[in-house]
Amino acid sequence: MPKLRILLGQIVAFILFALLIGYFSNSPSYTYHDPEMALIMVSFSHASEHKEKCRRFTQEEIAALAPNMRRTMDCPRERVPVYVEIMMDGNSLLSKSYNPTGLAKDGSTSIYESIPVKPGQHQLIARLRDSKREGGFDYESSISISLEPKELFIIDFRKDLDGFLFSER
Amino acid sequence: MSALKKILRTGFEHVEDWFDVVFGAKWNPLYQLGALGWFYYWIVVISGIYLYIFFDTGVTQAYKSLEYLTHEQWYAGGIMRSLHRYASDALVVMMMVHLLREFAMDRFRSVRWFAWVTGVPMLWMVFAAGISGYWMVWDQLAQYIAITTAELFDSLPFFGEAIARNFLTDAKLSGRFFTLMVFMHIALPLFLLFIMWIHIQRHASPKVNPPKGLAVGTFCMLLILSFIKPALSQPPADLSIVPTTVNLDWFYMPLYPLLDNVSGITVWIVLVGATALLMMMPWMPPGKRVPVAVVNLDNCNGCSRCAADCPFGAISMEPRSDGSAYEQEAVVNTSHCTSCGICVASCPTATPFRTKTELSPGIELPENKIKELREKTIAASNKLIGGDRVIVYGCDNSLNPAEMSDTKVGVVTMPCIGMLPPSFIDFVLSRKLADGVFLTGCREGDCSFRLGIKWTDARIAGEREPHIRKRVNQERIGKYWAGLTRSKEFFKELTAFRMRLNKLSPMQTESRNDTKENSEKVDA
Ligand code: HEM
Ligand code: SF4
Ligand code: SF4
Repeated sequence: MPKLRILLGQIVAFILFALLIGYFSNSPSYTYHDPEMALIMVSFSHASEHKEKCRRFTQEEIAALAPNMRRTMDCPRERVPVYVEIMMDGNSLLSKSYNPTGLAKDGSTSIYESIPVKPGQHQLIARLRDSKREGGFDYESSISISLEPKELFIIDFRKDLDGFLFSER
Repeated sequence: MSALKKILRTGFEHVEDWFDVVFGAKWNPLYQLGALGWFYYWIVVISGIYLYIFFDTGVTQAYKSLEYLTHEQWYAGGIMRSLHRYASDALVVMMMVHLLREFAMDRFRSVRWFAWVTGVPMLWMVFAAGISGYWMVWDQLAQYIAITTAELFDSLPFFGEAIARNFLTDAKLSGRFFTLMVFMHIALPLFLLFIMWIHIQRHASPKVNPPKGLAVGTFCMLLILSFIKPALSQPPADLSIVPTTVNLDWFYMPLYPLLDNVSGITVWIVLVGATALLMMMPWMPPGKRVPVAVVNLDNCNGCSRCAADCPFGAISMEPRSDGSAYEQEAVVNTSHCTSCGICVASCPTATPFRTKTELSPGIELPENKIKELREKTIAASNKLIGGDRVIVYGCDNSLNPAEMSDTKVGVVTMPCIGMLPPSFIDFVLSRKLADGVFLTGCREGDCSFRLGIKWTDARIAGEREPHIRKRVNQERIGKYWAGLTRSKEFFKELTAFRMRLNKLSPMQTESRNDTKENSEKVDA
């Protein structure tokens, strides 16, 4: 009976298609983050110091400016890179320099890092340099934390709140 | 590129053979991909409207409202949700196969760029709509999508502050993004519909509805799948923990794992590069432009048959410009015409019987004139001997029947079999140029020029103008729609046809039907 064969063929074809979409619509699963680990995220944006201090123009310089652009102070907009260092239990988790945003490097600097770490008790030290100084840091905070697996621990930074902020549990 | 196309086309045709057996040419889903896409789209929209009625658009309540639909209202809301998901997945499958198939069949180059180029933004819209949909569930998958998508956007140098930050701590901000996603999830499909409509603007009577049987089967499949494997949420989003193992919808998110492993900028380069490449493909290489159909007003009476038959809507009927008594004339839009020649066969003046006056129909392809078709037919006939002589008319897009021309078989090809005026069959038989006429071309249900086979079948069956004359013995007409790959079957059909011809009484007995014009001398 060819009619029946055709019907069965269509059913098989539909079943195969259903299996295809039924399966791949949510399988195989994908592990984005190891469930055994915690995650430390360093995420903030911060405007660093300008590269050069404002300076008073000399009379000649003022005269040389276009009349509508005349001003007494010269304030270059470019900012210095932000340098961030995170230490955990004496080991370095992060030590990196970030450039300010904007074509003229005059915007704030955006930092976004995620670092998986073993859960448990840890001693964290966060340091930041946002000035022209050669070595050392402008800000430093430390905290003792206890992390659960999968926990997200966020290190934020707010200049107006005097430096690093750690996410509360 | 063309080698790749040929391999792909051969592959497609072999798979289509199977589907032809199971579904028949009329229901073959591979010939109905665009129409299936529309069908899935409507399922997604209707189920989406239902879900939206019960969906809470606030970030804190969204998850709960979906849980309610899925569990408490499983018999309606749950089914709708599953239909919504699975029809969306099927839409992606359809779209990708459709893209690949149009590429393989080479139906996107030169003048046919339009559907291809409008198809590319649909890819973006479908994916963006799907991803924003998964965002709305606000489960851990949504959280993962939110973080990863935001990181992707953050990799562009336009945003001062990292967007991804919003999905770390600030519940208020992620709420704002959530509202944006709800908006996108409604706006994108609406815009998609608009582009779907644009997409088919250059097709006369486009296939936007699958055949009923196929539609019913497809819907039942989605419905049964929805009962057996209802669409579920993953655990609710929680910004204080990291999403760990997520069940991705691989139809919509195949690139997300890539995002976790290569830089966002690389992904952008790949995405933008692939889009640009797709956009340029119709002109890589440009494809040679065949001269388009030309109207000869001296022979056009404004009957508008050509305009009705053109598969690409390339002919419009305009007020007469030559002062003749007829009201209208055919005008070809040169940038839409694909030079298929289907309009030539529609024209009542395209008949090989006229030899006294110059043989020039109302509409014609400059590089494939009716006069030449007539000459080629006569030349092919002159080589034939015996009682089962056959003229095979074929098209340039399918298997090449010229390879088998011998003393029994004369072959004449043209751009599309739809270009053959039915009067040619009458001509061959009544002038005894052969004992039978055999037609071949693309596959039934999937003509390269969309409607060539459909119109040919209808004309020979006397269902569409120009009709074949009643005096033609239909037993002397054979056809097999072979496509590129079915040459074995083609030979079998042709041989069987010739055996049938041998059994028919010899042609002479039919000659009493001959009219005056048939007794004109056949000039070679
Ligand atoms: C939502 C997704 C899509 C839908 C619903 C859709 C639908 C359709 C429909 C209904 C047709 C007309 C079929 C006919 O009547 O002959 C068509 C033709 C076509 N589509 Fe799509 N399409 C989609 C996506 C795409 C994409 C992504 C591409 C490629 C980038 C594409 C390229 C084409 C081409 C080349 C044609 C044939 C044009 C011709 O025959 O000259 N489509 N599509
Ligand atoms: S050649 Fe084909 S596309 Fe061009 S006008 Fe004639 S039927 Fe239309
Ligand atoms: S089919 Fe021929 S006669 Fe009729 S409108 Fe077209 S060109 Fe003119």
